[in-house]
Amino acid sequence: MNEWIYVALFIVVGLVIPIGAIAAGFILGPKKPNPVKESTYECGIEPVGEAWIQFKAQYYIFALVFLVFDVEAVFLFPWAVKLGQLGLYAVIEGIVFVSILVVGLVYTWRKGMLEWA
Amino acid sequence: MSFWNDPLKVAADWLEGIFTGWGMDAVLAHVLVAFLGVLLLIIILMVVDIFLVWIERKVVARFQDRLGPNRVGPFGLIQPFADIIKLIIKEDTTPGNADKVVYNLAPILSMMSVLILWAVVPLAPVMLGTDLNVGVLFLVAAGAIGTLAIIMGGWGSNNKFAMIGGFRQVAVMVSFEIPMLTMLMIPVIFSGSMNMNAIIAAQNPIPFWVLSPLGALIFLIAAIAELGRAPFDLAEGESELVSGFNIEYSGMKFGMFYAGELLHAFTFGGFWAILFFGGYRFFGLEQVSPFLAILILVIKAMLGYWVIMWVKYTMMRIRIDQMLAFNWKFLTPLAFALLLVTALMNALLSPAPTWLYALGMFLANVVTGWIALEIARSATKQERDRIEGPTKTAEAHH
Repeated sequence: MNEWIYVALFIVVGLVIPIGAIAAGFILGPKKPNPVKESTYECGIEPVGEAWIQFKAQYYIFALVFLVFDVEAVFLFPWAVKLGQLGLYAVIEGIVFVSILVVGLVYTWRKGMLEWA
Repeated sequence: MSFWNDPLKVAADWLEGIFTGWGMDAVLAHVLVAFLGVLLLIIILMVVDIFLVWIERKVVARFQDRLGPNRVGPFGLIQPFADIIKLIIKEDTTPGNADKVVYNLAPILSMMSVLILWAVVPLAPVMLGTDLNVGVLFLVAAGAIGTLAIIMGGWGSNNKFAMIGGFRQVAVMVSFEIPMLTMLMIPVIFSGSMNMNAIIAAQNPIPFWVLSPLGALIFLIAAIAELGRAPFDLAEGESELVSGFNIEYSGMKFGMFYAGELLHAFTFGGFWAILFFGGYRFFGLEQVSPFLAILILVIKAMLGYWVIMWVKYTMMRIRIDQMLAFNWKFLTPLAFALLLVTALMNALLSPAPTWLYALGMFLANVVTGWIALEIARSATKQERDRIEGPTKTAEAHH
């Protein structure tokens, strides 16, 4: 049988169990909502303004650097699997490939984008 | 073949016999039996999870020179059940301003992301779990869903504390995913496969922590960051963000986040054991019975979990700029250097006998780690000199 059927079963059961637990809490718990209880918690102080605001652009910079390395992993995993058979030539190719990526990291670093400002 | 040697197969054959005896289609019976097996495993995991709450509280108490729960039942063992009853009968509130769908989906996904990780865990030589040929990538993919759940909780709550917690979790995720992915490649290089079972099988004479002690260490650090545990628990950060991303959650929804976090830590203890410490292997003892193999895996996973707890309760939380600098300027370059050194040594040493291969790999790891620490030390000294002015020779000797 296809192995992914087991993964599908895990996803189904993995969703049903927490849904069941939360549903049990919803059924058994009291339900007495009021506006104060439903208001946003901010240590007892009235919230000022929205929470959904424009956030720090620095997070995007890190996400961009991450994306470069994450895509690289897609290429490096097959390389790592077959490394035993491919020998020294593949190792040198891998070094060249990673070096190109490291140039990207060094560029980001020198631009000061890794500083939390 | 008896129940003692292969309990899963015996039970599955017996159940399938019953179901087909009822006139059920053979394929359907097989899927139904698989479903029951998955259900059983996940229910056992939830029960283990309940005891993890007790273990965590006992261990943290011991680290902080306290006794921990000791009133309800013997050694406080009934305490987590009392907690669950309390969480279930607590009012299930949803903030009025929240994005209802995202807010309610987050705890479910958080728990699910941890439970599906067990699909690729080989429990014993005859209980291989799902024998995926991309098991290592599955581990990363499922972990990403857990991060997504935290972001969803942080965003959906429409609360400033939760929002900041969610942001920070993104920063942690995008950063520490890189060293973790890189370190996952090291067992892949040694075993020549991304299959968890093949990785365990390849650790037959020598477990991978001997071949790559630095790799095991970096994997642990990255795993702690992915778990969002101290010293990288910026998504919660009680002292700044009250409770962080889960601040608006109550009752069982909070319980799912909490239980999910503990089970996630235990699961990563298990993956650490599988990838670097030989999984269910222990000097051939795993061949005696699958029950013994499961016990060995659980003990190894518990030891890994204990190390994660040890780190959590001894280290202080670091600031986000320190954390990102540590990752991008130290851990990521080190991880890539180690990957390339491992690949190079693997190619050079592969004709050598096993003991020489292991010794060469071990020394290569030690040397790489030592050079990295020396570079970090000199860079730190330069930085300190730049800020404080050159230190006096008398002080430098301390």
